[in-house]
Amino acid sequence: MTAANLESMYQEIILDHYKNPHGKGLRDPFEAEVHHVNPTCGDEITLRVHVVGGKIEDISYDSLGCSISQASASVLNDLVVGKTVDEAMVIHEEFLRLMQGKGQVEPDEDILEDGIAFAGVAKFPARIKCALLSWMAWKDAAAQANEHALAEEK
Amino acid sequence: MKGLLPDLDLVRKDFPILERTFDGGETPLVYLDSANTSQKPQIVIDTMVDHLERHNANIARAMHHLGAEATEAFEGARDTVARFLGAPERDEVIFTKNASEGLNLVANTVPLSPGDVVVTTEMEHHSNIVPWQLATQRSGASLKWFGLTDSGELDLSNIDELITPATKIVALTWVSNMLGTINPIAEITRKAHEVGALVVIDAAQAAPVLPIDLASMPEEERPDFLVFTGHKVVGPTGIGVLWGRRAALEALPPFLGGGEMIATVTMEKATYAPIPHKFEAGTPPIAEAIGLGAALEYLMHVGMENIHAHEQAITAYALERLASVPGVTVLGPPDAAKRGGAISFELDGVHPHDVAQVLDSKGVAIRAGHHCAKPAHQRFGVQASNRMSSYLYTTPAEIDALVEGLEYVRSFFKLDK
Repeated sequence: MTAANLESMYQEIILDHYKNPHGKGLRDPFEAEVHHVNPTCGDEITLRVHVVGGKIEDISYDSLGCSISQASASVLNDLVVGKTVDEAMVIHEEFLRLMQGKGQVEPDEDILEDGIAFAGVAKFPARIKCALLSWMAWKDAAAQANEHALAEEK
Repeated sequence: MKGLLPDLDLVRKDFPILERTFDGGETPLVYLDSANTSQKPQIVIDTMVDHLERHNANIARAMHHLGAEATEAFEGARDTVARFLGAPERDEVIFTKNASEGLNLVANTVPLSPGDVVVTTEMEHHSNIVPWQLATQRSGASLKWFGLTDSGELDLSNIDELITPATKIVALTWVSNMLGTINPIAEITRKAHEVGALVVIDAAQAAPVLPIDLASMPEEERPDFLVFTGHKVVGPTGIGVLWGRRAALEALPPFLGGGEMIATVTMEKATYAPIPHKFEAGTPPIAEAIGLGAALEYLMHVGMENIHAHEQAITAYALERLASVPGVTVLGPPDAAKRGGAISFELDGVHPHDVAQVLDSKGVAIRAGHHCAKPAHQRFGVQASNRMSSYLYTTPAEIDALVEGLEYVRSFFKLDK
């Protein structure tokens, strides 16, 4: 890996989010809490979602891991809190498309905002799971919160 | 530097991969991940290719020239393993897929009942924890373990509570893959044998660096089983070894059933081949076993005493140099004489994955993560660590490259600001 590749992976935006993560810490209230682990490296995240009437009021999390996994959770929080679950799923899909694109995908900045900084990470197969850890946890939690809401309606 | 292999330059020439460069030839490979897997000398590669090109056949059944040659080479590799271990008998050497399979073989066949105790340690690789968790869960036996001291050695203060007449198995690593600690296996084995327990030694990290001579050990201090894997002793992947004391192996039922492991079979029942074949069902990894034989011949030619001295010299140098890097904390014993070839460390303020990634951009290959030893990491309150591991081809200059790389990591992540 060249120095240029290294710079493309560790964008300033990523290092900023790593040093000052947005929305970190576990908070009440929440409808679903999940714990996800990356078994190959041991990175982990506990993530809660608070959804009211289909709108994501809060995502709170406690996590341990590398700069990529930590920055990714911070960006997730920025992008998804305040959106409806449906809007958030579109963002999730776009982030997934970027990360699974082997560095060939041009990300949609209107959707991903700071998330486009992860384009460089997508070139490193070993690190894609780092970037996706919090996003997969969120998807799982959102699904559980949805089930919770459906059960409440009954 | 005292202790280094005198022919280090020549040794390095035996390993073609050490010529690798990156970035169009600008960045040479600095391979410091040998505890993960070692590199292979040309003689191992050539031996395996020669077998496949000229002698390939199935073993112990083919009635032709090639079958005889393949069988002779395969059984010759068993003789080499026996010599490498100083095994009392060559038939006590069982070929497995790797060290994990050897441990699983014992854990799956040794009789355990409710009330029995299996003792392991907090510094084990997952492969010497999980098989015993499964075995005790299945049988109703209980699992206990030695804790660790703050300096990363086994805490033997409660040995009399752990090793009692209820103890049937004591399973421990000789050298820790994370902390580097060399454990006092003779003392623990003697204690275990006093209560009639069987001792299983994970030698995956010991076999590469320590001279082993089972036959010269006093019987009460000789383990009952010992496993290691081929790919960490400059051999190929896909081949490992379980050595077991004849009587201990004979007392176990077969693990896998199939061809090769039988004496005779009817539709109702089978009788089993004597050891070692009783535990080698199916066609084994033949080329891999022959490659392992070549690897061990190579190590014995260099000399295990010399390799051990080299590892200690490099480890001492690495410990000294790592101490010069601000923010680096080494896990495990501070004394190189008490360690194998792996050194785990933290760099304050940078996650191990990020350390490894940036080092990789300088050609320096280390491991980052939990090294399949999560309980040991938990013991020291560490989620993941960096691990450099050397071998007989490692030079002091490569340790210097690691240290320079760590300085670069510090500047890359702006740790001085």
